[in-house]
Amino acid sequence: MFAVATVAVVAAMALVLVRAIKGPTLYDRVLAVNSFGTKTVLLLGLVGFLTGRPDFLDIALLYALLNFVATIAILKFFRYQALAPVMTGVDREEDRHD
Amino acid sequence: MEIPFEPGFSWTVLIDLSLLTLLMLCGLAMVRMRRLFGVAMLSGIYSLLSAAFFVVLDAVDVAFTEAAVGAGVSTVLVLSGMALTSKREQRVSSRRTILPLAIVVIVGAALVYATIDMPAIGDPNSPANAYVGQAYVERSPEDIGVPNIVTGVLASYRGYDTMGETLVVFTAGLACLLLLGSGSIRGGRKVTDPAPSEDEASPVGEAPAPARPLSDGPR
Repeated sequence: MFAVATVAVVAAMALVLVRAIKGPTLYDRVLAVNSFGTKTVLLLGLVGFLTGRPDFLDIALLYALLNFVATIAILKFFRYQALAPVMTGVDREEDRHD
Repeated sequence: MEIPFEPGFSWTVLIDLSLLTLLMLCGLAMVRMRRLFGVAMLSGIYSLLSAAFFVVLDAVDVAFTEAAVGAGVSTVLVLSGMALTSKREQRVSSRRTILPLAIVVIVGAALVYATIDMPAIGDPNSPANAYVGQAYVERSPEDIGVPNIVTGVLASYRGYDTMGETLVVFTAGLACLLLLGSGSIRGGRKVTDPAPSEDEASPVGEAPAPARPLSDGPR
């Protein structure tokens, strides 16, 4: 059962990779990276159970946290064009491009 | 004391193969792609893939570093560098790419040739598992008493080495911050500085705020 799930997750990773390569928009790619991180977390959990050593599940949890932080950082970068801006809450008009 | 070992098939080999295939596809796409934003995103995916690959190979600490540094920090660093430069990669004439391609092919062939001599994965007689590694595995419960042997090796057996490494990395980071300053990541202008006026010619390299930041429209 774990083997079937692993195959499914790897196939999903391939599909997400196709989306990240083809794009076409920026948000497709950001979302592709985010869901690829999620697939990585799932794959780590499955590999742990497949090899009979689910001791590394906490590592998978840490990956999930890292993935979240990285996505937030990327999106914040788009919004403010910098990593450490003053966040006044004022929306610059030229930043709106959606 | 030669321990008998028969390299066998396991499910993780298939996972290895599929992960390596995805890694190769990702790398080829990164080479082909001209849009730098897509390359940055693909490099994040590449880091996640190699982190998963390291976990399958039981190198959990390496995998964690790869995920934290590769997928997290360096993606953001690449993006912040991209904000200071062009959004697209320039085309390079194909005559200039011949020599780098030849070098890469030769070095790659040499590396593949070198892997033929490597012992099988998990071979207990391989040099990495036989001498010092075996001593660490056998003695660290009495010597240190930490359940994680890697932590024991890094923090106790090689404690001074680790302390020196930490010092070097900290000094390098501090020196970069002192040299660049916090304003450099925003293109050299502090947030509190007044914006450059219209008639004042903006220096080369400091583009005014783009009207359409990093949009990823049709090619």
